This record gives sequence, structure tokens and C-alpha cells, in this order.
Amino acid sequence: MMERVQQTDTAGIGDVKRPLDIREHVERADYQTIGEPFSGDAKMTARNVNVYYDEKQAITNVSLDIGRNEVIAMIGPSGCGKSTFLRTLNRMNDIIPACRVEGEFALDGEDIYGADQDTVLLRARVGMVFQKPNPFPKSIYENVAYGPRIHGLAHNKAELDEIVEDSLRRASLFNEVKDQLDKPGTGLSGGQQQRLCIARAIAVSPEVILMDEPCSALDPIATARIEELIDELRENYTIAIVTHSMQQAARVSQRTAYFHMGKLIEVGETKQIFTMPKHELTENYITGRFG
Amino acid sequence: METTTVFLVLVLLTFISFFAGRKRSHAVTSGLGGVRSLHSLPKHYGYMAALWALLPALLILVLWLVLENSILARIVMNELPGGVRELPVNEQGLYFNQIVSYARGAIDAAQLDAAQIAAADHYRDLSSSSRTIKALLVFLVAILGAALALRRIRPALRARNHVEGIFKWILFACSFLAVLTTLGIVLSVLFEAIRFFHAIPLMDFLFGLEWSPQMAIRADQVAASGSFGFVPLLVGTLLISTVAMVIAVPVGLMSAIYLSEYATRRFRAITKPVLEILAGVPTVVYGFFAALTVAPFIRDLGATLGLHVASESALAAGLVMGIMIIPFVMSLSDDIINAVPDTLREASLGMGATMNETIRKVLLPAALPGIVGGILLAVSRAIGETMIVVMAAGLSARLTINPLEAVTTITVQIVTLLVGDQEFDNPKTLAAFALGLVLFFVTLLLNVIALYVVRKYREQYE
Repeated sequence: MMERVQQTDTAGIGDVKRPLDIREHVERADYQTIGEPFSGDAKMTARNVNVYYDEKQAITNVSLDIGRNEVIAMIGPSGCGKSTFLRTLNRMNDIIPACRVEGEFALDGEDIYGADQDTVLLRARVGMVFQKPNPFPKSIYENVAYGPRIHGLAHNKAELDEIVEDSLRRASLFNEVKDQLDKPGTGLSGGQQQRLCIARAIAVSPEVILMDEPCSALDPIATARIEELIDELRENYTIAIVTHSMQQAARVSQRTAYFHMGKLIEVGETKQIFTMPKHELTENYITGRFG
Repeated sequence: METTTVFLVLVLLTFISFFAGRKRSHAVTSGLGGVRSLHSLPKHYGYMAALWALLPALLILVLWLVLENSILARIVMNELPGGVRELPVNEQGLYFNQIVSYARGAIDAAQLDAAQIAAADHYRDLSSSSRTIKALLVFLVAILGAALALRRIRPALRARNHVEGIFKWILFACSFLAVLTTLGIVLSVLFEAIRFFHAIPLMDFLFGLEWSPQMAIRADQVAASGSFGFVPLLVGTLLISTVAMVIAVPVGLMSAIYLSEYATRRFRAITKPVLEILAGVPTVVYGFFAALTVAPFIRDLGATLGLHVASESALAAGLVMGIMIIPFVMSLSDDIINAVPDTLREASLGMGATMNETIRKVLLPAALPGIVGGILLAVSRAIGETMIVVMAAGLSARLTINPLEAVTTITVQIVTLLVGDQEFDNPKTLAAFALGLVLFFVTLLLNVIALYVVRKYREQYE
């Protein structure tokens, strides 16, 4: 299992296409994140995070806050560690045996990696949407009902129906599928599948939703729907989204964090990052010089 | 010339054709700018020439070998006196065999009549000329094939595509051979079984409740009533298979789950090969393990509990058969569970499901069709298993579903019927073929059901 997961996560570290001098620049032992990584009203905090896959360091000394009800975008070239960082936030890296995480994480001030932390409850509070739509090979209804069932959120069928309908509505999928709730979720189109996965994630009422390149497998129209949806979800949830599309980051997020080779280079207001990046690397990336 | 020599010469010719073809491809381009002007690489022209030399000649050789004897027999038999040709088919065969044996010098003339000796001389002449003609024909066809191929070589010839096409047909022929073999086996069993059903009505066989395959050899023999009721055997087979599956399915499936989902890589690397050794133990070893260790143990255990357990109980045979099948079930299930995409695991774990919930609610449903298919394959294996039951299950065809009693199975009876002296015109012997046929249909049915289940309950994942 390990190899398979690792592939998707560490492949391409150091894949940066462009100049070598930039790489050397980043690899200097000490670095300072430019911008404001901390938030006055933090939902989640991460301090001095280092992540290793066996001996290989995937993340180096990253500190970042995720503010309440904000959408924070994490951008950067392939293999820069943004997905790895995202996965540390709900301990999805735990299932990779070779992965080792250092640093302090908190959700509403509560230690995520503490000895008494229940990963099951943590993941119910910090949900995740993945790169490839991955509905269960079950009916649409069962897909959404899965989380509420395992966490015992509904006491009877009527309540469960209500949760399912409500989640599908919030994921703006209900009207499209209301007549085929018993059809397999895998039969939907790619964009619908991804919205189904979002509905599935919000069915357990998480506080934070982590999205790992949720639109990378979708066409532009489906992508636009998801982006609208993210904007709507912001009212009730805190969202961290990893994306390869800078336009997407600019459209959906309030803050943007730029990762490069496992380091958090720059973080700030999205508008500022995209109009006046302070770091040379950020500028190179957003102007398309590499990535 | 002996067939082996013919074949070796043919192989030699093939090699020569290869080099000739390659050389010719160089020759035809000498004025045209060399090898670059060829459509294919020189070696492809070589392959083409070699295949043209080999395949038709090989086909003729094989056909000759297959048909030679029966054609020779027909020629010789036609020249024998009319009285011989009116003999029953069996005796004609015997008569002819004597001729062949004499021609080969295996028996001496004293046992034969004059007509047979004359026929034997003729047979000897015929078969020696047959050998010569065979060799000449094969070489001629090989050389002709190679010559034809060589003549066709020119720069525009698409030798590469041509060779590709020939290989496709060779592959097709191989798969066709497998189908033919299966068909041949089924037919040979079928014809013997039909002979059996001439003696014993089909309904008596399929629905009879008593199995005691004793046929009178003499008319006045005591206890000469044979009864060929198949039901006790079927019930015995199913009983033992059920016991085996009750052991094998939970243990195999759960160890597969442990290995694929929980075990560390190190543990898996050690355990899986060890479990697979179980699959490598010859069934005869399981057989005496069952007969000498497990069966007495179960009998004694039963005795201490106040139960009467036969010393050759269905339970003992089934238990050991179950152990034999564990690695089979485990290995198949493990592959299938591993094939469930990791994205589904992540999806479930990411929602806060525990590992156990993920396995029960996501992985197993997704893997179910494959697992059911694997289990049904294991059932087929249990039903067809012979050695363990021969040694451990006994021979008494009792109609019971009590696993503590001795029962017998279809395969055991086939073995018993065919071991020792038999005559092939006796229903007792032919019954083995009928049993084989039924066994074939039972496993076929199981496979069909397996396919149906797999298709119906498949949860599609990408």
C-alpha cells in the first residue's frame, strides 16, 4: 500500500524545470517565509512542520495558520509538498508507514497529533476531498449516507434522508440526482462525481474541508461549478485547497500560500500574491516561468 | 528415415531459409541504396522465409504421422480374405495388431496364419515406403516454401507485417488447441458415459438413493444386484466440500484481509510465502495427515464428548481439505482486495471511518464479486479433490448429512471403479465415466453461477 500512495505524493520532488540557480537559492539551510503566515482568528495552526518519507524530507520548517471561514489556496510546482502538508492536517499521512511528521498542529487550539487525539473524530471534523473523484461503488444515497451512518448522526431513516438531501443540496447536486438516488454514484459524470464527494464530505458536518486538487480531473464547466460551490461553502466551513491552477487560486481563495521544494516561500492575501509577489520564486511561478 | 531425423533436417532447412532470406534481402537492394530502401529489416525477410519453409512442411509431417497408421491398416485389411473383414470390429483390430507385431518382429510366425504373414510382409513394405515418401515430401514442401518466399522478396514486400500476421495465426492455433483438447476430453468421457446409460437408465443413476456398484460376473453370483444411485455420492461430496469451505473461507478471507490491510510489509513478506507453501504440499501428504492424525484425533475427541465418530469421518476429510484450500482462497482474495483502488480507502478513512469499517463497508463490497468468484473456484477444487478423500473419507456410500459419519465422494468412487482389473463392457467400470461426466457438469455449473454472481453484484469502480 505504501508504495502506491507514496508515488502520488512525492513523485517529482525537484522536478522544477527551470533554472538551477533558483533551486540553490531555496536550498540554503535557513529560510524565512515571506508575508504573514499567521492569522488573528485561526481555525487550524501548524508550527515548524517537517515531514519525511523515510530519509527524504518532503516539508521543511513550515508554519501556517488557516483562518476561520476562509479559503486558503496552496500553490506551487509539482512535488513542492503542498499535498503532503494538506494531508498532515487531518493525519491522512498516518496510513503511509514511511511517513514521519514533526511539528505542532492544532485545531481550535486542540493538539491534532496529541496522544489522546482520536484520528477518527479528527477526520470527521476535518474532511477531505481528493484529486480524483472517488465515490464508493454504491448508490448515490449510500455514498452520502456513509459518513452519517458510521458516526451515528441520524437516529432514524427520516433524519438520514434529511441529511442526505441537505448535503446534496449544499453540494448543488440534489436537483440533478434527486430521481436517481438509488443509482450507482460511479455512473455520474466526473464533475457530478466530485460534487458527490463534496456532499459526502459535508454530510458529517466537518468544520474544515481539505481539498486536494479537486478540479484537476474535471473539464472547465464542471470546474466552474465546483468553484462556485467552494465560494458558497465558505460561509459555513473553513477550506484549504491545493491547486495547480493559479486562476483557480485567484478566483476562490482569500489567502494564498506558495510552496516550493518543501518550503513555504510566501503567503499573503491572494490579491497581493498575484499582483505584487514579494519573492522572486513566487513571481517566477505565477508568471509561468516554471511549474 | 526416422521421424526424428526428418524433423531435425526440417529445422536445419528452416535455419538455412532464414539466412537465405536475409541474404536475399540484401541482394535485392544492392543497386537501390542498400538496406535503407527495404520496407522491413533484413531479419524480417529471414523470418518470413524460415516460416514459409517450416510451417507447411511441419503441417504435412504432423498430418502424415496422425493418418499413417489408419491408412496403412485400411490398405492391408482390404487385401485380407473376405472372412476377416466380416469379423466384429474388436477382433479385426486384434487380428491386425498381430500382423503389425509380427512385421515389427515382436512375435514369431508360429502364432499366425498364412494370410497374416503375407499381409505382414506387405505392411512392412508399405510402411518403409511410407517413411521414404514422408521424408521426401516434407523436404520438398520445405524447400518449395522457402523458394517461394525467397522469390517474393523485393524491397517493397512488407515482410514485417507478413511475419506479424503469421504469428497471429500461430497464437490462434495454440489457443484453439486448448479448446480442442477440452472438447476431446469431454467427448471421450461422454461416449463412455452413454454406453453406461444404455445399461443403467439415466433417471436411476441421477435419482437413485443407493450406490453399490457390484455387477455379477457369473449368472449365479450371490449379491449380484448392482445399484448405481448417484445421490449418496453427491451428498457425500457436498458434505465434505461444505466442511472444507466452512474452514477455508473465513480463515482464508480473514488472513487475506489482515495481510493486505494491516500487516507491515515485513510481516507480509515473510507470511505470504509461508502460507503459500501450504499450497505446495502434495495432496497425498494431506491425505495421510488426515487419515493418520486428524481422523483419530477427532474420533477420540468425539469419544470423550460422548459422541460416536466414525474413524473415517467426513469431518476429518473436510477439515484437512479446508486447510489445503486456505492458501488458495487467501491468495485469490488478497489479490482482489489489493486491486481495490487506494482512493476508496482514502475516501473512507478521510471521512473518519475506522479501518474495520472501511474494510467491511467499502473494501469487501467492492471486492465481493472477485471474492465470490474465488470462493466458487475453491469449491470446484474441493469437489474435484481426490487424494485426501480417498485416504480419509472411506468408501461407504451412506446417504447422510452427519459429518461425523463416513461418507464417500464422486472422485473416490471413480478411483475405486477404475483401480484393479476391469472390463470395459461392464457398467461397473463405465459408471466411472458417468460419474466423471456428472462431476464435470457440477463444476461447470458452479463456474457458470460464479460468473453470474460476479456480473450481477459487481460494484463498478474505476
